[in-house]
Amino acid sequence: MSSAELLLKAAALEQARLARYAQRKLVNRVALTLSLLAMAFGLFWLFWILIETVILGLSGLNLATLSQMTPPPNDVGGLANAIYGSFLMVLLATLVGTPIGIMAGIYLAEFNTTGWLANTTRFVNDILLSAPSIVIGLFVYAVVVTRFKSFSGYAGIMALALIVIPVVIRTTENMLQLVPAGLREAAYALGAPKWKVIISITLRASSAGVLTGILLAVARIAGETAPLLFTALSNQFWTSSLSEPMASLPVTIFKFAMSPYENWQKLAWAGVFIITMAVLGLNILARVLTRSKS
Amino acid sequence: MNTAFPAPTEPKISVKNLNFFYGKFHALKDINLEIPEHKVTAFIGPSGCGKSTLLRVFNRMFELYPEQRAEGEILLDGENLLTSKKDVALLRAKVGMVFQKPTPFPMSIFDNIAFGVKLFESLNTSAMEERVEWALRKAALWTEVKDKLSQSGSSLSGGQQQRLCIARGIAIKPEVLLLDEPCSALDPISTAKIEELITELKSDYTVVIVTHNMQQAARCSDYTAYMYLGDLMEFGATEQIFFKPTRKETEDYITGRFG
Repeated sequence: MSSAELLLKAAALEQARLARYAQRKLVNRVALTLSLLAMAFGLFWLFWILIETVILGLSGLNLATLSQMTPPPNDVGGLANAIYGSFLMVLLATLVGTPIGIMAGIYLAEFNTTGWLANTTRFVNDILLSAPSIVIGLFVYAVVVTRFKSFSGYAGIMALALIVIPVVIRTTENMLQLVPAGLREAAYALGAPKWKVIISITLRASSAGVLTGILLAVARIAGETAPLLFTALSNQFWTSSLSEPMASLPVTIFKFAMSPYENWQKLAWAGVFIITMAVLGLNILARVLTRSKS
Repeated sequence: MNTAFPAPTEPKISVKNLNFFYGKFHALKDINLEIPEHKVTAFIGPSGCGKSTLLRVFNRMFELYPEQRAEGEILLDGENLLTSKKDVALLRAKVGMVFQKPTPFPMSIFDNIAFGVKLFESLNTSAMEERVEWALRKAALWTEVKDKLSQSGSSLSGGQQQRLCIARGIAIKPEVLLLDEPCSALDPISTAKIEELITELKSDYTVVIVTHNMQQAARCSDYTAYMYLGDLMEFGATEQIFFKPTRKETEDYITGRFG
């Protein structure tokens, strides 16, 4: 090939590259624009909801909201019993659901990864994870409430725990699977027994992820209404007895927001504000924990 | 071709008619070899030849994976470790292992070393501190980390992490140390430090090292085994393997005319 031919060939190649590059840049710009639009669409609604919640919530929020009981219509009062009920039921449901979820997650990730029992558990867990929460509420109603002939805090805790468990199982399993096999092998190579490897090495290496899963589960049940409607019901008064019907923020919001009474509506907004801030706080905490780890 | 190669000193580990399978794949074929005590033995050979597999049989690491199995005998001090009724943890306390990639545990430098020691001994605080220092000194890491023992093990550099893993391995005072390509992820300076360390370690331990790096095998081992496609091709004193290999295949591999 002569040098002129070689030059021609190089020029043609350069031409083809430039054309290809221009096309790639165009595709890149289109994809970027679409992604930005999608993000803007989501953020728009999110901020609208947040701003509305803050404005309306803060207007109904005062010291009485935190210290007084839910009032009758057109009377002054607060949400103290509902806040306490929500706090207690969410806390206990988390305490019940988390160990079960973590242990089941460990079983799936460390003990039986491919057996029929593991696959069945995973399948059932996926269904439970996506089951509408009202189904779980009705289930607990049928199994607990009708049997004991009473709505109760216990029933509410059970319903909420049933929502916590699948979330924690899933995140625990996924987080444990992310632990490199080499880390496990290194621990086994020192002669560590399996339980020790799991507790001291794999669970520890994935603790931030597991904790995030728990916090997300807490955030989820903090706002659940349907599972409490049929189980804990609600209570106008302060009660610490879990065998009685118990007030909670979501159910109170549901009841008050649908009412025609202005003071109830205001309290509903205050309740929405409190839940939103609590869930937001938990999500930020989860973020911070995962970030500090990595 | 699979005759037992005699070792001049007392063998620490004797491998007899060892066959190994990954499911149906026959990865090690009728291996016979004797690993002498207080010497460094290197396994060399191209990727997939089975050298790491052979190493992982010595501490029964393969048992973590149900589809892997070994047949034959491996005598450690005369006892067949494959059929031993003793707990595998006791075997692994005797036969330590360091892996290709550094694997610091998610805990402090101190705890990384104390972790293994605590499994087998209950030492008081000062005895544990002594042991940790001893292990870190042995692994030539003490001066670099003595002021930051409470820092996370993963805050160290790659070479330091690997020496931490070696320290962790020797802290439980094993008799055999298995090194699975311990320098392949390290820079030349860290590699030199670890090679120096290997030579020092052999006075107390029997060291078996798998390596891709033939110069490394030549530099720091006393005996070398050349493996190819699951067969042990040749085993003997390192000098003999590198300067007067008896087999054509070994010579081709050593001189780079392989393949």
